[in-house]
Formats: sequence, structure tokens, C-alpha cells
Amino acid sequence: MADSPLIEFRNVNFSYGTRPVLKGVDMSMSRGQVIAIMGGSGSGKTTLLRLIGGEVSPSAGSVSVAGQTVHELSRDELFRLRRKMGMLFQFGALFTDLSVFDNVAFQMREHTDLPESMIRDLVLMKLHAVGLRGAHHLMPAQLSGGMARRVALARSIALDPMLVMFDEPFAGLDPISLSVVGGLIRRLTDTLGMTSILVTHDVQESLQIVDYVYFLADGVITAHGTPDEVRESKVPFVHQFVHGETDGPVPFHYQAQTYSQDLGIGVMKSV
Amino acid sequence: MVKQLKVFIESVGHRVVDSIWRLGYATRFILLVLLKSVPGFLRFRLITREIYFAGVLSLIIILVSGLFVGMVLGLQGYETLQKFGSESAVGTLVALSLVRELGPVIAALLFASRAGSAMTAEIGLMKATEQLAAMGMMAIDPIARIIAPRFWGGVFSMPLLAAMFSVTGIFGGYLVTVVFIGVDEGSFWSQMQSAVDFRYDIVNGVIKSGFFGVVVTAIAVFEGFDAPPTAEGVSRATTRTVVTSALAILGLDFVLTAFMFRGVS
Repeated sequence: MADSPLIEFRNVNFSYGTRPVLKGVDMSMSRGQVIAIMGGSGSGKTTLLRLIGGEVSPSAGSVSVAGQTVHELSRDELFRLRRKMGMLFQFGALFTDLSVFDNVAFQMREHTDLPESMIRDLVLMKLHAVGLRGAHHLMPAQLSGGMARRVALARSIALDPMLVMFDEPFAGLDPISLSVVGGLIRRLTDTLGMTSILVTHDVQESLQIVDYVYFLADGVITAHGTPDEVRESKVPFVHQFVHGETDGPVPFHYQAQTYSQDLGIGVMKSV
Repeated sequence: MVKQLKVFIESVGHRVVDSIWRLGYATRFILLVLLKSVPGFLRFRLITREIYFAGVLSLIIILVSGLFVGMVLGLQGYETLQKFGSESAVGTLVALSLVRELGPVIAALLFASRAGSAMTAEIGLMKATEQLAAMGMMAIDPIARIIAPRFWGGVFSMPLLAAMFSVTGIFGGYLVTVVFIGVDEGSFWSQMQSAVDFRYDIVNGVIKSGFFGVVVTAIAVFEGFDAPPTAEGVSRATTRTVVTSALAILGLDFVLTAFMFRGVS
């Protein structure tokens, strides 16, 4: 069991209405690693996380987590599985009517019968791990973006999950908060023995902390490899993405009729 | 011309089908809320908290409005009744108008705009900021944990608020007619007491406000849960809560009145 991958995507297809988002995705993720899924905006990265969490079901293929096929689980089984997962949403999604302390304590109070004194110790330990033990009495509205992200991180590891999913953990953070959050993801993954999946388009920060990278473009995995392999990659999309070039396989221009047609000029050649 | 007509008929048909579909969706949603209400009742402090937000925090607007409505009723009632020399019946007029109609209806309208809109906006924003999704990912059902307690908080608050509206209204009528104008206090109260029937007037009024509470809160939680997760979506949902609730209250009031009061008692 220890050697089998924690998460496996087998030929997963998914569409929103008639718009196909994923077309035959195959991935496998080992335990104890930090894995990044990269791709442009709207490439279906977040959908991958929603499939793992069972929020949506694939139209074909299967996603399995710890040997269980997610979309075949009953509601109760799915909720049992989710208790072993944590998720950090793009902007933290802290409960705005609860204090930092109560946010982290939320799952412990809902899912366990631990006495309040023990919950207090556990919450302070989780907050200490992200450096915010002193902020336990603040309300989410009083936190900076970076602090909120760290509180959300503490909340997502509240029940010591086997898997934590991070949806754009670096979006909108200043450089200091960015390295703090990046470092925390790596350190917590190693010390807690969990597996982390990052969905991100922040190339430089992610390549420093991850073990493996998948590139998603137009609903298919175009490339994958270790950070070193990715940096050296000659695959045009990966090269464009890693080096942030404006034009390449991903065009600068949105699909349109020719420029001359739009401007009503007959003689000009299309751009 | 024919083409325009076709487009027009199509859009009308589309809207009708759409609204019927939405009504069915809302009904299923509310049934789901009822089904998932058990955990809320087992941890009753979740509901108590919502009674505080929906009920206690609405008290000021309810009490002040009730007082003024009662005072106006007293003035207008006295003005007309004294022409027939029956100004001592003003107590009856104030009490019956409030207990049967104005109490439940105006309290429900105020409740929809004070508490219903707040509920919609809160749930809509929780959805827009992914708090509901986050809760779902923590294996906690947001309908059971967030929606159901709010629904019951509103349902329990509404009849209490309507009752308090009527009581302060009657006090306002007393203040104006007895204290300021000088209508005889004894006949004010004794006529009211003999004219207002507990089962026929008061219980029917409470039943009305019970219905309004269910309808307003159901609309409020549904609109919040169904709101598109954008600033515009939440603001439109909030507006819809107030407008739909107001129409529903007034329409339902007519139906309930037609069933309850037929002049036979």
C-alpha cells in the first residue's frame, strides 16, 4: 500500500455543459511529495482539485484517492474521505464571522468530541506552526492577505490530513509572504508526512519547493517531470510558460477573423 | 414582422419555463433544508444564534414602527369615530387592525427588508468567497450547518416579532387616544377586551405571521444560496429577496384572510 500512488487519474474527461475542460488526463501522485499542476488561467487546473475532492464527477475515466474511486463513493463515504483531506482555497475562504482561533478549531469541534482545553492546545500548536499563535484572537478582516493565507493553511491541516490541496496559494501575495507560504508548504508536508498538491501558475516559487510538476494545457497533460527537467524542457509550451514569453504555442491574440476584415480594409494582409 | 413575433413568443415561453423550473428548484431546496434540519435542533445554540441575528437585532425597527403605526391608527380612528359619537370604540379598532392585519403584514415586510436581505447577502457572500465550498470540503454539509439554522431562526422569530409589533402598536394607540386626547380609559380597554377574541383574532394573526415567517425566510435563504458568486449577483439576489417577499406576503395575506375571516363568527 505504501508504494501505490495516493492519487491516480485514469483517462479522465470532464466538461462543463458542452465545453470540454479535460480530455483524457492521466496522472499519478506518490505519497509524501509536493506536486504542482501548472497551466494558464482557465486550463482546468482547479477542476482537477474539484475532481479529487469529489465536488464534481468525471464524464469518463476515474479518479482514485488512496485506492478508492472518488465518484463511486456514497455521500457518507465521500465525507469520510474528505475528513482526511484539507483544502486551501484561492483567497483562503476563512469564515468571516469567526475569529482566527475559531476558524482553526472549526473542524475539531464539528468532527471530534475533544474537550475544549485540548482543542485550545491543538489550535495554538497549528497556529504556532504557521507563525501566527499571537494572532489567534483577531478576526479575518483584520489580517493581511499573507496572514489570512497562513491561517487558512493552519486550518487545512487542523485534523492532520493525508492530503492537502492548494488552489493558487501564491496568488496576490507580496514576495516575503510568498516565500513564507512556499516554505511552509514544503516544511509541513515533510514534518506531517502528508502529500500536497499545488495548483499554480507561479513558476519560479513553485519550482523551488515541489518534487514533481504536471503541465496542463487545453485539457491535456502536455508535459511532466521534476523541476530540473522542466527548466531544461524543450517542449514549446513548457518553454513559453516557464520563461513567461508572450507569444508561442499559447497565442497572444484571442481567436478572431483577420485584422483587415475587422477593420474593413481589403488590401492589408492579416497579422 | 413574423420573425419578431416569433422571437417575442419564444422569449416569453423561455421566461415562463425558466421561472417554473426555478420554482421547482426552490421547492426542492427548501425540502432539502427541512430534511437536514435535525443536526440544528440537536445543537440548538446554532438556531439560538440565528434567532438573535434575525429576531433580536430586528427588535428596534419593529418596536418603533409598531408604536408609530399604532399612534396613527389611534389618531385616524378617533377622527372618524368621534363623528358618530363612538370614540370609545377606538381601542377595538386599533387592536383588531393590528392583531388581524397590520401586525403580521407590516412586521413581515420589515422583517424581509431588515433580516431577510441580510440573510441573503450573508449567504451569497459566503458562497462568493468560497466559504460554503470550503465547509463542504471539510466534510461539513453547508445546508445543515449554515442554511437550516438560519431558516429556523427566521421562522421562530417572525411570530414573536409580529406579536411585539401589535403590542407596541396598541400601546401607541392608547398613548394618543387616552393619554393625549382624553378618551375614557376604562371603555378603551374594556371594549377592546370584549371585542377581541383569542381564537378568532389573535391565533389567526399568529398563524398568519407563522406563514409569513416560513415564506420570507425560505425566499431569503434560497436567494442567497442561489446567488451568482459575484458582487452584482449578490446585490441582485438581495433585491429579489425584498421584492419577492413583499409580493408573497401581500398575496398570501389575501388568501389567508379569505380563509380565516368571513364574517361568520
